[in-house]
Order: sequence, then structure tokens, then C-alpha cells
Amino acid sequence: MKTAVNLNEALSQWSVLGIYASMLFYAAAFVVLSMDLARAASEKSKIRATAGKLERAGILLMIVAVAFHGIGVLGRGIAAQRVPWANMYEFTITGTLVVTVIFIFAQAFRKDIRYIATFMTAFVTLALGIATSVFYVQVKTLMPALQSYWLLIHVTVAILATAFFNIAAALSITYLFKTAKWVQEPSKKYAKQTWFVALKRVLKLFPEPARLEQTSYRFNIIGFILWSFTLIAGAIWAERAWHRYWGWDTKEVWTFIIWTIYAGYLHANATRGWHGKRSAWLVVIGFGAIMFNFTIVNLYFKGLHVYSGL
Amino acid sequence: MATSQRSKKKGSDAQDPNLRTRSATSVTGRPDDHISAGEPTAINQPSLSLIGWARWIWRQLTSMRTALLLLLFLAAAAIPGSLYPQRTADPNGVTTFFQSNPTLAPVLDKFQLFDVYSSAWFSAIYILLFTSLIGCVLPRVAVHYKALMSPPAATPSNLARMPAFQTAKAGAKKRARALDAAFAQLKSQGYRVVRTEDSVAAERGYWRETGNLLFHISLVGVLISVGFGGAYSYSGQRVLVEGDTFVNNLAGYDSFSPGIAFSQNQLTAFSATLNRFDVTYDLKNKTNLGTPLDFAAHVSLRERGASKAKDTVIRVNEPAEIPGAKVYLTGNGYAPVITIHDGKGKIAFSGPVEFLPQDANMTSLGVIKVPDAKPQQFGILSFFYPTAAQLKSKAYTSVYPAPASPLITMNVYEGNLGLDSGIPSNAFSLAVHGLKQLTGGKTNVESIKLRLGESANLPNGLGTVSFDSLRRYAALDVDYNPGQGWVLFFALLSLAGLIMSLVIPRRRVWVKVDQGGIQVAALARGDDPLLERVVTELVTKLNQKPEKTEDEN
Ligand code: HEM
Repeated sequence: MKTAVNLNEALSQWSVLGIYASMLFYAAAFVVLSMDLARAASEKSKIRATAGKLERAGILLMIVAVAFHGIGVLGRGIAAQRVPWANMYEFTITGTLVVTVIFIFAQAFRKDIRYIATFMTAFVTLALGIATSVFYVQVKTLMPALQSYWLLIHVTVAILATAFFNIAAALSITYLFKTAKWVQEPSKKYAKQTWFVALKRVLKLFPEPARLEQTSYRFNIIGFILWSFTLIAGAIWAERAWHRYWGWDTKEVWTFIIWTIYAGYLHANATRGWHGKRSAWLVVIGFGAIMFNFTIVNLYFKGLHVYSGL
Repeated sequence: MATSQRSKKKGSDAQDPNLRTRSATSVTGRPDDHISAGEPTAINQPSLSLIGWARWIWRQLTSMRTALLLLLFLAAAAIPGSLYPQRTADPNGVTTFFQSNPTLAPVLDKFQLFDVYSSAWFSAIYILLFTSLIGCVLPRVAVHYKALMSPPAATPSNLARMPAFQTAKAGAKKRARALDAAFAQLKSQGYRVVRTEDSVAAERGYWRETGNLLFHISLVGVLISVGFGGAYSYSGQRVLVEGDTFVNNLAGYDSFSPGIAFSQNQLTAFSATLNRFDVTYDLKNKTNLGTPLDFAAHVSLRERGASKAKDTVIRVNEPAEIPGAKVYLTGNGYAPVITIHDGKGKIAFSGPVEFLPQDANMTSLGVIKVPDAKPQQFGILSFFYPTAAQLKSKAYTSVYPAPASPLITMNVYEGNLGLDSGIPSNAFSLAVHGLKQLTGGKTNVESIKLRLGESANLPNGLGTVSFDSLRRYAALDVDYNPGQGWVLFFALLSLAGLIMSLVIPRRRVWVKVDQGGIQVAALARGDDPLLERVVTELVTKLNQKPEKTEDEN
């Protein structure tokens, strides 16, 4: 017999406050990191010299944001007395936390990915904003179909995979900017304009294209292994909950599509004429499909995976 | 531009002189357009003979580019199946789509857009992909087997061209020791090593290729298991009211979908009686009030030959397992027990009626057809409210899913129900067209209202109706798929292969001595984050004082 749980509504309110606080700090980190980039791109060498300090301040703000973010996620889990990833709101706050934690952890090892921190803070602030304003639902117990330890396994791994894909996508986008024809061989019209000169300076701060490509590849292969596992764990769970391991439900379809795109990406990396720009585009398309799967498919497509909670 | 950068950084095989001088396919077993194959050669033109063409087509089909494009096509081809309802996943959705888009739907249907995953075009893509895969992998197995059997490739003449390369100055004595030390060191790190007069050649990471082959071959295993499992599978649905018994044979099912190779004797003999169906609601948490926490179907299962029935509880996520089948709980609802006496006073209907839930508070819709009633046939369209409350508009609604204050309302329709026409009719819907409505709606006669235990007169002297008792029902699914264990097995095998193939570094290391000193170089296949470090560490080791090596000996 399953016993009823005690939802702690008061604690869940505190948890939301934690999320709001973290948004504030992420936003502040974003502003500081953008200023840092702006300075680094400045024409005056004196201003440029001050760039490094701002960056450290930005990363510090980001760490504070992560601390609040962690409190928010933990509070939500304790309030609901279960893992905090059963609806879109919870999935978003937990997923973005995992992204930032992995990012901070990774940039301790790989100094040259810290430049994408500006993107990451912007992305996380935006995602949390949408989570709190559009996806928010009060703490609820789990519907019986979700009461399974496979929820823990399947969704944890999916979140992790998404986090790795996310960082890889940021790196590949940077790569595409750096290698873009209009950046490499600017037309006379804008080559001398200040915005272009500044953009070139900012891009120069990022690692070499080959290095970006390689780092993106390493994040992607971890993401791909985790995603393959998500697929298998999902099938095992579907067999228990929906009496078949695979049924081409909309969510299953998109999990498959994403897996296939990234398999294509891994092939592209080994195919003459396809690595470099084309494979970087596949990374962008793959991550686009993940975002599409999480937002549009969850909210508007009909299927069994109706866990948005909205 | 990107090519040269990448190959320099990543150390692609393109720079490997051993591979470049010969035809790439014969050495690596990989397709011509694999990144390791170097620049394209002239063999891309088919010769005009039939065999020439066949060979050319086969080479195209098994090229990396084709595999890549087919993968991307497969991803794209899967999309429409998520946009349009599919007959297998959502048959009702297809029916509704046909009703609301009468002109578009048949056109889409022509293109098999309601059966995407069994359509000719989707099948064509994955069959081509897997043909390509087999054609691609088999030669590689042979080549890899040979590589496993033979020593590492000999040291190339120009080591400086390798992506990782360092030199160390060394006197004659040190030079003499270096090759022995390198041999021992590389051997202890799991390299395969060969030593010649003036060099050491080592290679490791054969498991990377083994893993890659395992991954691709296991995918074929997955596909075959899916196909074979699907062919012998079956899935049957049955709605069981509390107190009723189901016997596992074709007649016992409400609906049944077998695989193409299914035969009736696959149905294992067993029976299941639903003793009780319990729902636990959340009564503690305000925001959550009335949310079901648990559904439990208390069932007695009796297998053939068993003297006694076995009592089990089936829950969502917890099917009952019987040899050769699993019984899942997929839905539930209310089944009020109704008795109808016709105008002549004879019992025209009696028994539980399964109502379909319409919302979270279990407002449910049910249909009763009474074809045998005399003097006139009639049908009843009925709503059930487990906890009834009246809205301002006087309409009823249910405010709580448990039966705290159950109420049934009924609209009666008189006329020919069309049940004799031979066209199968849906038990859950009443085709009201052509029937005369007698209560509710615009008739100015109030709908019949029945509380538990009450009875009422039907209009027009059709008879009486009573709501005798309330039961619940469980929707059960009996499923069998002999392939699914194999699918899981091959999927896990494939995952293991994938991990091996992505994380095990495959690299070659060479140490060479000449008059100038010691040269150390390394080359990786694919991505290898440690390539530089391996060379640096080896150089450091070779620079160390010799005592250590002697101690070890
Ligand atoms: C169902 C179809 C296929 C899928 C899902 C798939 C998936 C993958 C994945 C994920 C990888 C990267 C991991 C690894 O290195 O093991 C890979 C590598 C590879 N695949 Fe496939 N593949 C498929 C079909 C094919 C076909 C048809 C070919 C032959 C043209 C092929 C040739 C290769 C080769 C040569 C590699 C190694 C690339 C390298 O050297 O890094 N694959 N495949």
C-alpha cells in the first residue's frame, strides 16, 4: 500500500524565492560578463587591461547564483518529498542547475571554455524566467504512472545528457561564428565599422576553431552516450508503465530523432567534407531538436508523456 | 581550411604515410570517404560494364556519406509521425482527424502518413541504412581481425610529421638504453610493441575498433529482435468489472491486435477475476486534494493446471507476470449497475454499464442500448457524477472523483437503434441521428435523475429504470512480446560497444634513435585528449636516470 505524502507548501514557496534570487545573480553575472567582453573588445588598451578582473567577478556571481539555485531545487524536492523533476517547471530548474554545475566544474579544468559563460548565464536566466512565469505549478504528488524508480534513472540521465549537449552547442555556435565567411572575409561595407571590429576582437578571445570543435566533440560524445542510455531506460520504463517498450509515442519519436541526428553528427566527424562547419551545424540542429522536444512537443503535441503539469 | 587544422590537432590518419600510400579501403576496411582515406582518388568513376556499375553502386551505398545522409533522412522521415495521429499509437485520433479534415485526410492516407513507421518510404530508408551498415561493417571485421593478428605497423621514416612529436638529446649510452626502456614502458602500459634495430613501434586501443564493430553489429541485432518480437507478439484489451472473470482466449478480449506470425495456441491458459478495485486519493494536501495516489486492482489469477487461484495486486508500473504474458493495468472507471423493465414489465436490460471518464473528477459518460424492449427499442445517453454538484446553470458536475454523492442523469432516445443492420457499432456511442429524443436537451422534459438505489419511470410508457448498485472496473492489457528481452540485450551490447569505441584511445607510438638523439612520436585514430601527454611522459621517462629501470629488472 502506498502511503500518502505530506507536501510542504510553505517550503516550496521558499524554494521559489531561492530560484528568484539565483535568477538575479545569473542576470548580474551576465551583465558583468558582457561588460567584460565589451572591454576586451574595446579600442583603448587601458580599458582592455581591466577585462580579466570583471571576468573573475562574473564567474563569482555565477557561483553565488548556483548556490541559490541549488537551494531552490533542493527545497522543491524536500517540499514534494520526491525527486524534483516531475513536471516542466521542476525539469527546467533542475536541468539548468545541472548545466551550470557541469559548466563550472568543467571550466576549472578547461580554462578556455570560460568565455562561453556569457552565453550560459543568458540562457539559464532566460530558461528560469520562463520556468517561473510560464511553467510554474504548485507542488503536487506524482500520478501513479510516474511512481517508479525508472523516473529517477531515465530523467536524471536525460537531464545530464541535455546539459552536455547544451554546452557543446554553445561551443559549436561560437565555432560557426569564428569560421563564418562574413567574419573571415568581411565585405568592404562593414569591415571597418566599429561593431564589426568589436565583434572580431570578442571572437579572438575564444579558442581556436579547431580547439572549439574538439571540445564540442568531447561534450557531445558524453551527451550521446547518456542519451543512448536515456533511450534504453525509457524503453524499459515504458514496458512497465504502458505495456510496450516502444510505441512511437510523440515523445519517443523525438527522442529517436535526436539520437539519430547526433549519430549523424558522429558520422559527419569521420566523413570527408563533412567535419568542420557541417558537423557544427548538426550540433546546432541536434540541440534545437532537444529544445523543441522539451517545449513544443511537451506543450502542444498529443501523447502519453503528458507531464508538463500545465 | 578546417581540414588541415583538424587533422593537425586531432591527428587524423590522413597524415599516416603507411595508410596514405596504399588504397585506404584495403588497409582500414573503412569506406573511401572516411576521413582517414586521404584525398579522393580517381576510382570514383564507374566502368561501363554491368559489374562495374554494380560495384560502383555498392561502393556508393556503403560510403560514409550515404550512411550519414540516410541517418539524417531517417530523422527527418520520423517527424511526420509526431505531427499526425498514428493508427497504432492513437487510432481514435486518426478517426477524429478524418472527421474534421474529410478532404485532406484521404490524401495524407495515400502517402501513409497515418502509418509512418510501417510505411514504404520509412521502411525503405532504414532497410537501405542497414544494408549499408552490413556492407560497411563486414569488410571491417575481416580487416580488424587481420590487424589483431599482426604486429603494429613499422616505424615510418619521418616521425617529425606526426601530430605529437618530441626529441631528446642523448649520448651513445643513453641511446643504447632508450629503446629497451621504451619497450618495457610501453609494454607495461598495455601497448603491443615491436622492436627493431633502431626503433620501437607500439600500438594500443584495438578495443576501440572492436567496440565500434560491436556497436554497429548489435544494432542489426536490435533490428532483428524488434522484427521477430513484433511478429510473434500480441496485445489484448479487456475491461473487467469488479466480480467478473476473464478467460484468456480470443473471445475473452474486447479488442485484440496480434503480430503477423501470431497463432492462437500462443495464448497461455489462465483466468483472472477482479475481486476489488481500490483507488487511494490524497486527502491531506490542500493543493492536491482528490488526486489519485494509487490504483490497485486486486485480482485472482488461476493458471492452467493450478489447483488454487493466486491473489495478486496489479498496479500501474507493476504488471502481473504469467508465463507467456503480462497483465497490465491501463485504466479504470465506474460501472453503475442498472436494471430496465420495458413497457410490458419484462426485464429488458440488467447489469453493470461501463462509463467512460471525461475529466479528473470522473464525470463519466455511458450508453445503454435496449434493442429488445417492447413495444419500442430505445437507447439511453447517460452521465454519471461520483460526487454530484449543481452549477448555477442547473447543469450537474462532479466535484470529487470518489463516490461521495453519486448521481446518474439520463437522456432517452426512442427509435430504431440500427443494431440489426450488421454494421458493428461502438458500445460507447449512440448514433442519435434518426432517433427521437424524449428527455433532456431541447425536449422540455427534464432528464431522468437517479441516486443510488432509486428507480424512475421512463417517458412514453417505455418502462422503468433503476440504479441498483455501483461497481468499479479496471481496464487490463494482456501483452506478450518474445523479442523484447533480445532487444534489450542487443541495445545494452550496443551501448557497451559505443562506450568502448568513444572512450578508448587508439594510438600508435614510435621511438627512434639516431645520431642526433631520441625521437618520440605518436598518432591517434580519432579524438585523443592525451596524445601530447603520452609523448611528454615517455620522453621524461627516457630522460630519467637508469637505476630505476635496472631495479625493475
Ligand atoms: C543504423 C545506422 C548507424 C548508426 C546509428 C551509426 C552510428 C554510429 C555512431 C554513433 C558512431 C560513433 C561511435 C563509434 O565510433 O562507434 C559511428 C561510427 C562509425 N560508423 Fe556508424 N552508424 C550507422 C551506420 C553506419 C554505416 C552504414 C556505416 C558505413 C558506411 C558506418 C560506419 C561507421 C564508421 C566507419 C564509424 C567510425 C567513425 C570513426 O572513425 O570515428 N556506420 N556510427
